[in-house]
Amino acid sequence: MNSAISCQNIIKTYNTDGQIVTALNGINVEIGLGELMMLVGPSGCGKTTLISIIAGILNQDSGQCLLFGEDFQALTNKEQLRFRAHNIGFVFQAYNLLPALNAIENVSVPLIINGTKRAIAEQKAKEILEQMGLSERMKALPAQLSGGQQQRVAIARALVHSPRLIVCDEPTSALDHKSGHIIMTLLKSIALKHDRALVIVTHDARIFNFADRIAEMDDGHIIKISTTTATETN
Amino acid sequence: MNHIALKMLMGDKGKYLGIIMGLTFASLIMTQQPAIFVGLMARSYSFISDVALPDIWVMDSKVQFIDDIKPMQETELYRVRGISGVDWAMPMYKGLLKVRLADGAFQTCNVIGLDDATLIGGPATMLKGTLADLRQSDAVIVDIDGAKDKLSKPSPSAGQKNIPLQIGDSLELNDHRGIIVGIAKVTRTFQSQPVIYTTYSRAKTYAPRERRILSFILVKAKPNQDPYQLIERIKATTGLAAYTQQGFKELTYNYFMKNTGIPINFGITITLGFIIGTAIAGQTFYNFTLENLRQFGVLKAMGASNAQLLKMILLQAVLVGSIGYGLGVGLAALFGFAMRYSIMAFKLPWQLLVFSGLGVGFICIIAALISILKVIRLEPAIVFKN
Repeated sequence: MNSAISCQNIIKTYNTDGQIVTALNGINVEIGLGELMMLVGPSGCGKTTLISIIAGILNQDSGQCLLFGEDFQALTNKEQLRFRAHNIGFVFQAYNLLPALNAIENVSVPLIINGTKRAIAEQKAKEILEQMGLSERMKALPAQLSGGQQQRVAIARALVHSPRLIVCDEPTSALDHKSGHIIMTLLKSIALKHDRALVIVTHDARIFNFADRIAEMDDGHIIKISTTTATETN
Repeated sequence: MNHIALKMLMGDKGKYLGIIMGLTFASLIMTQQPAIFVGLMARSYSFISDVALPDIWVMDSKVQFIDDIKPMQETELYRVRGISGVDWAMPMYKGLLKVRLADGAFQTCNVIGLDDATLIGGPATMLKGTLADLRQSDAVIVDIDGAKDKLSKPSPSAGQKNIPLQIGDSLELNDHRGIIVGIAKVTRTFQSQPVIYTTYSRAKTYAPRERRILSFILVKAKPNQDPYQLIERIKATTGLAAYTQQGFKELTYNYFMKNTGIPINFGITITLGFIIGTAIAGQTFYNFTLENLRQFGVLKAMGASNAQLLKMILLQAVLVGSIGYGLGVGLAALFGFAMRYSIMAFKLPWQLLVFSGLGVGFICIIAALISILKVIRLEPAIVFKN
């Protein structure tokens, strides 16, 4: 399996009111191309910190994290931004759609950040929204969409610029079972390709069966990595 | 990114209007109050502006401003006429006299006595009658504001509005009759007293008997004569003070600036308006950025650079600033237009528009800078926090 992400001995601490809190304590994890990995564990175990580091929006204190062979922390600020803009797609628990933009405009944002002309970006956005089954709701503002529809717009936004890594934070936690299932099916069918990787942070046990592997975290460590066939300990 | 910035700004109509209103208020107060101040200060020298013909005003050396009359001997007029470079020199009387009205009440008026032969120094705009009518017996010309307001006649029917003075009506000036032969339009003066024009010789009969009665000598320099050199010559020859029209305006303006509480009172109002406007608009714009911090975080996480976000915030600030400035200045101008016939002083020169424009620009830049700092320091990882 070719590696999309390779994290070695990642340590991350936070200084909270003068108190040092270790969020990640020597994390080692490999995520392969074409793989869907889920990070699970109780609140405060370090899942969000880990995907933030994997997604390149947070720097680790020590250790090395390679994204498609690139040591993200070694890149300059400008290079980091360009790398993130081209290679990473985000799906958030709270959707984080821009409330003033309609579905098409929200989906076109990553392309516009990359410098694509607005008309072209919106055309691409329309195409992917059609794939998501939202052809009727393209002009709707986020507030006019249901939770499931908002999450589909968020997924479309994460995929529109064809990123190689998609990170999702609790993508189904606000959805009912049926909507959650639809979202996961869409994510797995549209997002996951042989040259991409998908990392999902979740508490939602209903979607565990969509994962190729599940990394269980606790207290800043990965304590167990399960596959459908076996379980490895870290 | 521009359309995203604009949509973010206008997406929440309530907040958008709040920012615009804050800036409109700031712009209005930074334009309207100084415009009243400038209007008021311009009134201090409005009489000098209205007398356009002479190049030089000659007066007693102790005169501090236009209404600070220190009469000269009439022989000074002939001394000035004898100075080389003087084309002509005319006398002018200016004094405050009590006028007895039809109802028996007294009203203090600014009486201007013009050279009998040339009537130089008379009002530029005659609404009724002509300046030459002053040559008629007992003739006086009154200003329209005075005729309509302070000099108006009581209505024969009780409770009705006063009747404005008309040509043919008469006034009593220091036991002398004055017959109105014309109505003139003059710029309001600082004290806003009615202005009565008459001839110099008639003004002398109205004025209380004094040894010295000549208020000003209005001088025209000969063609190609440098007025500043002539001023020096007049000063040296007569020991009197002499100023160009602009110089006399500045003398008057500076007197009011230094010796009255007007600048400090208006200064406090303008400063308070500026601070309140800055606080309202700055705080509203800053709050807008704070409330959108998560959205900026999302854009940052997706790869938007600080420069892109900075441009977005600047665009938002420039847009709200321009709209707020336009509305504020528009409202101030509307206020001035609505008050054009009232007693209120209002003058809106282009320099004032630049001043308030700079003020609003300053507010927007400060608000945008604070917001930008917040966005630059923003950790994109905020997007994963609920």
